[in-house]
Amino acid sequence: MTMPLWQALLTIGAVVLGTIVTRFLPFVLFPAGRQTPKFVQYLGQVLPFAALGFLVVYSLKDVTLLQYPFGIPTLLAVAVTAGLHLWRKNMLLSVAGGTILYVLLVNFIF
Amino acid sequence: MKKDSIKATAFKAAVPYTLPILAGFAFLGLTYGFYMHQQGFSFLWPMLMSATIFAGSMEFVAANLLLQNFNPFYAFALTLMINARHLFYGISMLDKFRGAGKKKWYLIFGMCDETFSINAAATIPAGIDKGWFMFFVTLLNQSYWVVSATLGGLLGDLLQIQIKGVEFAMCALFVVIFVDRWISDTNRIPGVLGILCSTVCLIALGPENFIIPAMLLILLVLAVLKNRLAKGGRPS
Repeated sequence: MTMPLWQALLTIGAVVLGTIVTRFLPFVLFPAGRQTPKFVQYLGQVLPFAALGFLVVYSLKDVTLLQYPFGIPTLLAVAVTAGLHLWRKNMLLSVAGGTILYVLLVNFIF
Repeated sequence: MKKDSIKATAFKAAVPYTLPILAGFAFLGLTYGFYMHQQGFSFLWPMLMSATIFAGSMEFVAANLLLQNFNPFYAFALTLMINARHLFYGISMLDKFRGAGKKKWYLIFGMCDETFSINAAATIPAGIDKGWFMFFVTLLNQSYWVVSATLGGLLGDLLQIQIKGVEFAMCALFVVIFVDRWISDTNRIPGVLGILCSTVCLIALGPENFIIPAMLLILLVLAVLKNRLAKGGRPS
């Protein structure tokens, strides 16, 4: 590290502050005591599911489809995870099944 | 006594939900601590940063910021951009955090992607205090992260063996929670929109630049479809 300690701490402080702003802002703008605008209430209904969809894509963002292995291990493991979950609805089974498959695929096959 | 048993049941209910996160965070946290060690930082740095920033990808970026020229305003602005997705989570949790009392502030502070995904899921078991359940999910996840990052920094060079691919557990968790919602919700359109809008932006703009456009596109489409979706929407 080249910068002095106070600069490093200030940099971390700026990152902490930025993160806190993104997490607290909605709760500051729409406090519990006051009536939340209708549109934000509506967003509160539909956004969680949409945000989960976004998270799925976000967690797959670095998969490369155009180069070997063409995202095949990831897509297979995602399909097996989802399939297991539709079938047994057991979270640990689905996560463990998908992850073990993925580990096997990337270590031994691809 | 009664209060303790409420906490104890909530804790026991929370643990299994966080186990996939433990797998993912152990891998990523060790990697992060190890990365910091390689850049010449003592373990105190990943420990401090993982506890205070507590936003995985941003901590890697922050490590780079420490190696560049001093510019806290740039650091602040960059953080707002990378972490803007938290705004989504906050709006989604406005109602859910309402009954949590003082714990609410910690729930907000500790709301990383993984914690949000568990706490936003519709399936908190019946008879469990929701506030304490969410509190322990948040606390456990943060503990996993801080301990792993610190260990990664401490073990440094010793740490060469890592099982490749374990980090997929977190992706699997997101898929599982999405499927749960898919099964339980009568209105699946928001979920489909979330996937579609994000995928379109990811393909068009690439992994570095798609996050904010994807969020805006989701908001736009949800706004356009408001009259249609608000009626079929499930109150949560």
